[in-house]
Amino acid sequence: MTLQQSRRLQSLLLGTLAWAIAIVIFFPIFWMVMTSFKSEIDAFATPPQFIFTPTLENYLHINERSDYFSFAWNSVVISFSATALCLLIAVPAAYSMAFYETQRTKGTLLWMLSTKMLPPVGVLMPIYLLAKSFGLLDTRIALIVIYTLINLPIVVWMVYTYFKDIPKDILEAARLDGATLWQEMVRVLLPIAKGGLASTVLLSLILCWNEAFWSLNLTSSNAAPLTALIASYSSPEGLFWAKLSAVSTLACAPILIFGWISQKQLVRGLSFGAVK
Amino acid sequence: MHMTLIQRFREQARSHVGISIGLYDSVVIAMNTSTAKAHIDLAQPQRKLRVRNPGWFLVSPSVALLLLWMIVPLGMTIYFSMIRYNLLYPGENEFVGLENFTYFLTDSGFMPGATNTLLLVGSVLLISVVFGVLISALLEASEFLGRGLVRVMLISPFFIMPTVGALIWKNLIFHPVSGILAYLWKLFGAQPVDWLAHYPLLSIIIIVSWQWLPFAILILMTAMQSLDQEQKEAARLDGAGPIAIFWHLTLPHLARPIAVVVMIETIFLLSVFAEIFTTTNGGPGYASTNLAYLIYNQALVQFDVGMASAGGLIAVVIANIAAIILVRMIGKNLTDKA
Repeated sequence: MTLQQSRRLQSLLLGTLAWAIAIVIFFPIFWMVMTSFKSEIDAFATPPQFIFTPTLENYLHINERSDYFSFAWNSVVISFSATALCLLIAVPAAYSMAFYETQRTKGTLLWMLSTKMLPPVGVLMPIYLLAKSFGLLDTRIALIVIYTLINLPIVVWMVYTYFKDIPKDILEAARLDGATLWQEMVRVLLPIAKGGLASTVLLSLILCWNEAFWSLNLTSSNAAPLTALIASYSSPEGLFWAKLSAVSTLACAPILIFGWISQKQLVRGLSFGAVK
Repeated sequence: MHMTLIQRFREQARSHVGISIGLYDSVVIAMNTSTAKAHIDLAQPQRKLRVRNPGWFLVSPSVALLLLWMIVPLGMTIYFSMIRYNLLYPGENEFVGLENFTYFLTDSGFMPGATNTLLLVGSVLLISVVFGVLISALLEASEFLGRGLVRVMLISPFFIMPTVGALIWKNLIFHPVSGILAYLWKLFGAQPVDWLAHYPLLSIIIIVSWQWLPFAILILMTAMQSLDQEQKEAARLDGAGPIAIFWHLTLPHLARPIAVVVMIETIFLLSVFAEIFTTTNGGPGYASTNLAYLIYNQALVQFDVGMASAGGLIAVVIANIAAIILVRMIGKNLTDKA
């Protein structure tokens, strides 16, 4: 065997191994999508049906068991509002920390990260009772506020690392030309950091969309997002596997696509800027 | 390098002033104005410049909100933990000292809850770091058809909602009659296993690892791509084998990303909740109850605010101990390797 042949064989073997691992890991998602196109009888069949007559029934009657669209709308409203609010608070903070670094900037950033160390169960009771006494239980506002706060450290970090990459000279030039703070931010900074901000928005949306501690504990019906709708399928009366799969597929598809598009950029936010 | 002469001056001035004076806001602001003035004097005396540092007032909303978010609920938790407070029996909120803590620590659920939390966090961390490194090394080592697709497939579970992931595993994979594993077991002539009933904690570990291994792969794969290829090529030319390269070059390069993975996964794994809530409800008995689930149970099922708060504080303390140990351990490793 020549060297080239052995190289080729080696890469063939490694490739096969990689594919096998990927198939095993991806299988539950693939199977969920498959099941969503089955009838309930096929979904529950033993042995599992790999070949079946696909049906769109589950998607066409998605609203039958519960009002899917109201849950989805809650998810959309909560995720987008919390993301917008979070960015509004985080961008100025990241701006001043990136371009006007002081002795305490590093400490402030680390302190912000340390707030993520607080386990949510540690503050479950007070938040629940506060929400209750303000009449905010089962409202979108409660979740919007909480999501804004729990994602704030991550968003500040992510925007900060993007801003850090922008040479100060550009902003200095604008400043010397007499730009106000507002002009400097909106006209100079934001256009340069557009890409970074976009992936920050995606990360925040993903985190809000998938959050499942506060949404399960603070909502019941009116403000319940998709995570709560899907959890309701765990009750014994909810053994509708095909319907569950259809709802799950719809609920996960947008986030999965966001994730695929922005995987490289997300790493920066998820690793607090340590990996780029 | 974008370090201009002006900036260098400023940097020097800043460190100079900064070391000798403390961390007070007013001082920091004064310091920055003075360095900015020095900037004008030194380099650009003719142009006008905005000298006011917008720093503190732009940062303060974030800091204030996070401070509120930490202090108010935590203060309330501390207060609740020391009174008798059950939502089902209103009106008897007398001070009981540390009674709630002793009740929580001697509760029959505490020991299993603490053990399960440690087992869950430990095994998922181990699985995601070990397999994360191996799988990303495998992807980096070879060029094959559809590598992009494989990459996407490998990281996908991370983007799936926890409730969806848990229910898909519970119904479509683990189900003792119609699940895929039951089918595979029968295919090889074995008796299908009722995973969630007989191996509840193992099942939860599998589900949670399925969600977090992809996170490790995502971070480590990206980190590996930034490894200097020339360095690797040089090592290869010097006769280093693939294993030697992996051990002496790749692994040290991954120290920081691995530390990041461990840190972040620990934060999230200490409070795994939805996966247990939707599959086993912590059972059978306390077999798959972790501390987060135990406290939830005390709080919103039994409505014992006092005891749930005591438990919450204990969870906070455990999280902080874990964080400190991790930071120490990882920090040391990082400095050792560097």
